[in-house]
Amino acid sequence: MNQLASKRYFGFWLYLMTDCLLFAALFATYVVLRGNTADGPRPSEIFNMPFVLVETVILLTSSFICGLMLLAAKANNVRRTKTLLFGVIVLGVLFLGMELSEFTQLVHEGAGWTTSAFLSAFFTLVGTHGAHIFIGLLWAGALLWLLQTRTFNDALLQKTGLFAMFWHFLDVIWIFIFTIVYIMGAA
Amino acid sequence: MSDAKKYTIGFVLSLLATWLAYSIAVGHLVNAHAMIVVLVVLAVIQLVIQLVYFLHFGSPGSKWNMLAFVFMGIVLLIIVVGSLWIMANLDYNMMQRSPDEKNSYMIEQSNKGF
Repeated sequence: MNQLASKRYFGFWLYLMTDCLLFAALFATYVVLRGNTADGPRPSEIFNMPFVLVETVILLTSSFICGLMLLAAKANNVRRTKTLLFGVIVLGVLFLGMELSEFTQLVHEGAGWTTSAFLSAFFTLVGTHGAHIFIGLLWAGALLWLLQTRTFNDALLQKTGLFAMFWHFLDVIWIFIFTIVYIMGAA
Repeated sequence: MSDAKKYTIGFVLSLLATWLAYSIAVGHLVNAHAMIVVLVVLAVIQLVIQLVYFLHFGSPGSKWNMLAFVFMGIVLLIIVVGSLWIMANLDYNMMQRSPDEKNSYMIEQSNKGF
């Protein structure tokens, strides 16, 4: 890896670290406020655990496929890279769709973000992760388009590597949302 | 170890940790206090798995990445532990006392010069 490329990776890593701090603030807010339900529903009453488990497995699988995609790109196998990237996008869209349907259902049940401090913090934290996934999907789409239209070179390999880092990072954040918000809420 | 094998091991371990956390919480396998500890430990194990197997943390030449990560970890702990501490303390002092107790507490504090 040349020096410029490794600087790009480091710069992107620094961005990920600051993003971790953004999520740390949102997690702290959530944990402080989660008991303040203002006579609205409590965490254990609104979470559909099997549904969330499926969401988690989908995101974990997409992260795994994303890793395999990076390996394919490193091996200069553009066809395989594109196929796997498409798989990542499909799973990501599925995940985001499930999350949005969960949000819609909660709002219909009267558990919207205006109901209590707990729900405001819940929607902000989980929604911010969802927004990251959405941006990741746009990025993946753009990457797929580049892989389709341009000849594969080092610059494209680098773009693929940065996207893979971002996607793995979102998976790590989700693990904490899954544990702290959903599992601890249901327990 | 080949890279593909590394990703596969990471994936399987992640699924295992997820399933374990899920079944402990949904099945109420341990009591409430132990549960929080067990779940946080599982989440941290999961974090390490993903960092090592997916983000190649700790591979040669990642010294600065590691340093940035450690610094982030310190700030993260200050934000999270600090928020919980301060808010629990506020809650204890402002919400768990009667008006009379609050009053005498404040007089006591101001006599100390706060």
